[in-house]
Amino acid sequence: MTKTFFATTALIGALACTAQAETIGISIPAATHGWAGALNYHAERTVERLQEVYPEHSFVLTTTPDSATQVSDLEDMVATRGIDALVVLPFESEPLTGPIQRIAESGTWVTVVDRGLAVDGIETLYVAGDNDSFGRTAGQYFADALDDGGKVVVMRGIPSTVDNERVEGFEAAIEGSGVEVLAMDHGNWNRDTAFTLMQDWLSRFPEIDAVWAADDDMAVGALAAIEQAGRTDEMIVVGGAGMKEMVDRIRNGDKTVPVNVTYPPSMISTAIEMTAVGITGAAPMSGEFIIASELITPENADDFYFEDSPY
Amino acid sequence: MTMATASKSTSQGAGRKIDLQVIGPVVALIALILIGMALNSNFLSYANITNVLARSAFIGIIAVGMTFVITAGGLDLSVGSMAAFVAGLMILTMNTLTENMGVSLPVILLGIALALGAGLIAGIINGVLITRVGIEAFIVTLGTMGIYRSLITWLADGGTLSLGFEMRELYRPVYYGGIAGISWPIIAFAVVAIIGEIVMRHTAFGRHCAAIGSNERVARYSSIAVLKVRLATYALLGLLVGFAVVMYVPRLGSASASTGLLWELEAIAAVIIGGTLLKGGFGRVWGTVVGVLILSLIGNILNLTDFVSPYLNGAIQGAVIILAVVMQRKSASDR
Repeated sequence: MTKTFFATTALIGALACTAQAETIGISIPAATHGWAGALNYHAERTVERLQEVYPEHSFVLTTTPDSATQVSDLEDMVATRGIDALVVLPFESEPLTGPIQRIAESGTWVTVVDRGLAVDGIETLYVAGDNDSFGRTAGQYFADALDDGGKVVVMRGIPSTVDNERVEGFEAAIEGSGVEVLAMDHGNWNRDTAFTLMQDWLSRFPEIDAVWAADDDMAVGALAAIEQAGRTDEMIVVGGAGMKEMVDRIRNGDKTVPVNVTYPPSMISTAIEMTAVGITGAAPMSGEFIIASELITPENADDFYFEDSPY
Repeated sequence: MTMATASKSTSQGAGRKIDLQVIGPVVALIALILIGMALNSNFLSYANITNVLARSAFIGIIAVGMTFVITAGGLDLSVGSMAAFVAGLMILTMNTLTENMGVSLPVILLGIALALGAGLIAGIINGVLITRVGIEAFIVTLGTMGIYRSLITWLADGGTLSLGFEMRELYRPVYYGGIAGISWPIIAFAVVAIIGEIVMRHTAFGRHCAAIGSNERVARYSSIAVLKVRLATYALLGLLVGFAVVMYVPRLGSASASTGLLWELEAIAAVIIGGTLLKGGFGRVWGTVVGVLILSLIGNILNLTDFVSPYLNGAIQGAVIILAVVMQRKSASDR
């Protein structure tokens, strides 16, 4: 794979000389939780790798703690680095739509990752996980695994489009299955918040059959609270995104953590690689690329366990 | 200082007249407890009370230190990031030590010593920059806040630092265990609060803090070592951040970039709800404890009910903070 890329670019490089040197700007959220941490990890690795493959191109990687900083970062990239392509995971959809649209209109290649923009048709390439399928897969598992009238509590993430889509998918999947949602609240993809929330839910509900913690960081917090209350045998916990520790528990047949749903942070690598191929003109790369969520079970868990990943 | 004498004279004077400034936060706390009882029968259960008190301990221990800093006219915005950084350092060190020394008690003791030491040093750095270099406390601690937050992200490589599994099991009882049914974090919080209250009210250090916060120049003329006392308040706060981390790490055995997020604001809010003046000059440690409990209880009650949409949790918290402070200020301006 690497070799082919190299050969192609070398050929184009030879024909068009230095005029083909392109700058690719990458803007992603800072590592504020495990998933974003893994996103950063994969982005850095990919940039390192591509720098060797395309020595004539330069890559600019920025991480942002909020939407406003991201807008400034994008402006800086255009003004001072003159980027030819942009790979962006918008911190939030609405505030970033305008600035990204202006960049796209100036003829820059734009790849939007994971969080779609508020206006259709701005980006050249869209790479994303499937949030609806992420929620639907978990919901479908509950509908199948729990007996009629199973009682579920749901921990949502940071209020956002991503979170809404997941929960809608989940609700659609459990509809009519008799699974009852006792409570739903935001754990903000944070271990400590999830721990506190789960403690309070355990006080509030004498009977809980399952917890859907829509992210593995929250699942870790929820599991600690359940263990503290000594109610480990009463319920199952389904997280999401395939954290190493969780996959390991599934692999070892842990009864509390029977399955997990993937949402690969390495999609940023997919996006950067596709963009690099796209702007070199090696192959057509515009359109949408949706990465489906899969159910990790004890049978296939080995395929999802990555020893070196930080997440 | 004027505030301190004013409140004293009223409480000593007309015994029948209720002083809202003193009892305001207590009234708010009792009101919250009554609301909690009315909304959920499990509210007063042993498990729930233990949960709420134990989870208050981190912010509580930090807020006691913050009371001294604010009383002396200072401010520290870095405590949340500092806690995250110290926790990360502690976990990394303990993991490294485990490789050489095995899963043993000395590793835990060294980890605890490191956390306390690192907190103390971080506090002294803040203090020195503020008192010796003479930079505004707000700016110094805003700077160190960013530095520690970045350092923990960098240490964790953007992910989460986790204590080794066996080590976690050994250290776990420090958060989940206890004596006579009272868990350790609650005991630690109580001890820190009681010592803090005694130091604030009955020692020269406590009085010096109030004097400096009230009028720095007069304090200096009264031969109070202003810079030393100021520095000591930041060092004390740093040490208490380290102590809070000692209680925090055994809970989930991990630290990440989101650890301790906004703790500084919660601690400051608790201090102010408790009746300490934000501009300094008067501090009340027991009030801070009440403030911390009020903040924890709001979150707890909102989780125990479907009272309001979870989207509005922050709004309820904000409203209660403002109300609790309004009750005090009103009585103060009446006088």
